[in-house]
Amino acid sequence: MARKRTCCLLAALVMALAAPLAASAADTLMMATTTSTDNTGLLDVLAPRFQEDTGIELKWTAVGTGKALEMGKNCDVDVLLVHAPPAEKQYVADGYGKDRTEVMYNDFVIIGPPGDPAGVEGMPVVDAMKKLAAEDATFASRGDNSGTNKKEISLWKEAGMAVPDKESWYVQTGQGMIATINVAVEKGAYTMTDRGTFIKFADNHGGNPPLVVLVEGDPVLFNQYSTLAVNPGNCPNAQYDLATKFTRWITSDEIQAFIGDFELLGKKLFTPNAE
Amino acid sequence: MDYILTGLIRAFELLLQGDPETFTAVKTTVLASSLSVAASMALGAPLGFWLGYARFPGRKPIRVGVETLLSLPTVVIGLLCYAFMTHRGPLGEMGLLFTIPGMAVGQTILGLPIVVAMTATAVESLDERLKQTLVTLGADRRQLLLTSLWEARFSLALAAAAAYGRIVSEVGISMMVGGNIKWHTRTITTAIALETGKGQFATGIALGLILMTVALLVNLAMYGLKRVSGQ
Repeated sequence: MARKRTCCLLAALVMALAAPLAASAADTLMMATTTSTDNTGLLDVLAPRFQEDTGIELKWTAVGTGKALEMGKNCDVDVLLVHAPPAEKQYVADGYGKDRTEVMYNDFVIIGPPGDPAGVEGMPVVDAMKKLAAEDATFASRGDNSGTNKKEISLWKEAGMAVPDKESWYVQTGQGMIATINVAVEKGAYTMTDRGTFIKFADNHGGNPPLVVLVEGDPVLFNQYSTLAVNPGNCPNAQYDLATKFTRWITSDEIQAFIGDFELLGKKLFTPNAE
Repeated sequence: MDYILTGLIRAFELLLQGDPETFTAVKTTVLASSLSVAASMALGAPLGFWLGYARFPGRKPIRVGVETLLSLPTVVIGLLCYAFMTHRGPLGEMGLLFTIPGMAVGQTILGLPIVVAMTATAVESLDERLKQTLVTLGADRRQLLLTSLWEARFSLALAAAAAYGRIVSEVGISMMVGGNIKWHTRTITTAIALETGKGQFATGIALGLILMTVALLVNLAMYGLKRVSGQ
């Protein structure tokens, strides 16, 4: 008897806690996004602005692109802000998402020790990858199926190689970008990162990072971020109208300019490019 | 080494300046862990009593099972809860995903085996004469349960402290079920994971110190209760 009463009490308590959360769901947009938009602090400035402009509260969970897409598939979120164009297009084709809209970009860079022991500085990226492999230079990979990891895998393929999965010089961390850069620092290794995260990393080191950009500017290193609305055809509970409002807001001239002005160490982290 | 000293200073800054993000994370942590410790105790103490008191075939295998569950990794609990709570899952309609009650459900699964195992052991080690005396005095089953648990109250308090320690320090369930959502489901531990991911190691250490401060306050409160209840 006592147990039953306690159970009821607990259930009531849980309901009481859950109720206000459920009630506020009407004007809350749930987003799954990548670690780079969160770790750089961009969302921390965008979310309050979005609420101010539209009255909608933006809640986000920052995970790898792979997990973000999975959460959209499972109808746990309303909108995605991710950076893996081929996977995104496939996602739309499969009917899980719609209205893929390009928002901003930065680029990927290969960073490494300032002395550049493998001598890849200034090379086109595909040649640099070949050289790194030929020199057995230690390379730290995310190894987590994130957008950055997907890009890196595609570059090995473009260099005409299999992913060096089992090579002793290829270190797969399975962790986030800055954690992976830190592994590279400890091991004196090379790694690939998006520029926004690299600037954040440099900022953490007071503008004097222990690894430096060695390969950049190649068109294949372009890193596009896009929003996707979760397809209400697949997920009837998805708040498609709020997702559309968000996409319209983030691609507006005013917010695009705001993203362009988001800087660390006097450097732009993302370049807006909505059409 | 720098990180530790900077972290210590940063911890004081965060607390003294009343940093709203930190305080929200503390609140979320305390709320989720209190809910789950309460649920673990409410469900686990009677179950543990039954497991330690009753004699029935299959008791030993159940005990081994419960003790094995002590090793259940938090990430696995998080994944299992996600599978049930996602909108596509059997409990999807309840809207528990990305909420504090959802996290508390997962953490209860974490705390329950600890409470059950420790209560069972405590009840087993109670003086056999207690039971005989109670039965002779004509106690019914409920009185037997409550009196035995009262006699084992210090062991129960230890079980609660152990469950609390495991729950308040876990990160796998909070991350997977809560989603580390700023102002909502970000706990101290998921905030530490985030700060570490951002490379802000000193802030991570500061939050770790704050977590230990919260744990100290909770344990002091329990110590106070222990003195009041007579020892």
